[in-house]
Amino acid sequence: MSIPQGLKYTKDHEWARLESDGTITVGITQFAQEQLGDIVFVELPAVDSSVSQNQGFGVVESTKSVSDLISPVSGQVSAVNDELDDAPEAVNEDAYGTGWMIKIQPGDASEMDNLLSASDYEAFLGSLDED
Amino acid sequence: MKTALYDAHKQANARMVDFAGWDMPVQYANGLIAEHHAVRNNAGLFDVSHMGQLLFEGADAVGMVNRLISNDLTSIGNGQAQYTTICNDAGKILDDAISYRLADDKILMVVNASNVGKIDRWIQERGTGDAVMTNVSDQYALLALQGPKAHGIAERVIPGAGAMTPFQVRQFGDRILATTGYTGEAGFEIFVPPSQAQDLWHALLDAGHSDGLVPVGLGARDTLRLEMKYSLYGNDIDETTHPLEAGLGWVTKLNKDGGFIGCDALRAIKEAGMTRRLVGLQILDRGIARHGYDVYLPGESSPAGVITSGTKSPSLGTAIAMAYVATPHHKSGTQLEVDMRGRRLAAAVVKTPFFRKETA
Repeated sequence: MSIPQGLKYTKDHEWARLESDGTITVGITQFAQEQLGDIVFVELPAVDSSVSQNQGFGVVESTKSVSDLISPVSGQVSAVNDELDDAPEAVNEDAYGTGWMIKIQPGDASEMDNLLSASDYEAFLGSLDED
Repeated sequence: MKTALYDAHKQANARMVDFAGWDMPVQYANGLIAEHHAVRNNAGLFDVSHMGQLLFEGADAVGMVNRLISNDLTSIGNGQAQYTTICNDAGKILDDAISYRLADDKILMVVNASNVGKIDRWIQERGTGDAVMTNVSDQYALLALQGPKAHGIAERVIPGAGAMTPFQVRQFGDRILATTGYTGEAGFEIFVPPSQAQDLWHALLDAGHSDGLVPVGLGARDTLRLEMKYSLYGNDIDETTHPLEAGLGWVTKLNKDGGFIGCDALRAIKEAGMTRRLVGLQILDRGIARHGYDVYLPGESSPAGVITSGTKSPSLGTAIAMAYVATPHHKSGTQLEVDMRGRRLAAAVVKTPFFRKETA
């Protein structure tokens, strides 16, 4: 499984990408969408709402399961991917692209340093396989 | 436990899950929604070998079964199949099952995987009459071939199968073919000795390949049955529910000769009037109602019901659910709300099945 370099990851299988405008785009990883299966509903927060690192910011539902979305950083939601209302399958098709979920204006961008690098995340996934 | 088809599932890259102690495929490589559509439009092949088989043999086999089940086995002939519930003395549902009337002295019953042991013991204790019940679950693998193209595919592998009409059962050598299933589509359930299961599985997949036949996991089995409002034991029906409130009055023959276990209790329940009904809900807001979510009258703070099953219907593209709702709010058209993690979703009671072939 290819894990994009340059993004940060959580053990809850979210990814975070620091954009040139200082915002952080958040989604779930390829591994997460494969585990969930066909995604049929994504519940996201309103623009301007606050999110906290390691706290839930929304919910992703596949046909069979309900999973919390955990924020990789704290801050204020500056954009929400409304396209997922009508096309939640974008998360399955392009987890790191059109399947993005929210953009966060971080309170403290250094929180990104607490997250996993691509190689850390790859090692973490490897440790799950051994279970 | 592994079914006789475990290796075939692994080869097909199925995602396996534990279901009632069995290692079962929940979906294959193309995913649940694609599998669901394959069954509705073409055909799907399911491994349902985890389900239990009980064989009743003896002069009074029909009578023994009939005293255990809510439906009336004397209303069908040999070579026919019938859906039923099995109730306890209180009229609560121990299991739902299909009885296959192979002969006057030979009845095969298929029960849920999670209930095989319980029903086996129940019948040992409570079965009466000149017949013997044997748990033959390990003598059969069970394949379900379902979908509008199922008959054509089956005919190519098992000549004669294609002419069978719904709810028949016939012996083909050491296989038993029944035109039953739990998807709302035409098709077959095929009982086969475990040693032959892999060969038959691959022969059917090969024969149906050009018709779009694919293997289908338990995930799509659940969305398919839910679109038909077919109950899933453990979700929609269990030992706290009775068949009359569960919409299974049509398989509950309170006036049949000799009655059945639970019949008196169910007559009393019917006399007293029902307090709740299992209904279909259409979820009108964005969101999916799941098992255990509370149901309310609009604006009310005490629940009027509870969701038992819910999903996004792949055929309809909308969120659907089954729920027990207090009478008289169970009537079609009633506006309700479902509490989804603290947020109220608008919902309405609708007529079922949710999915009807002619409207698709």
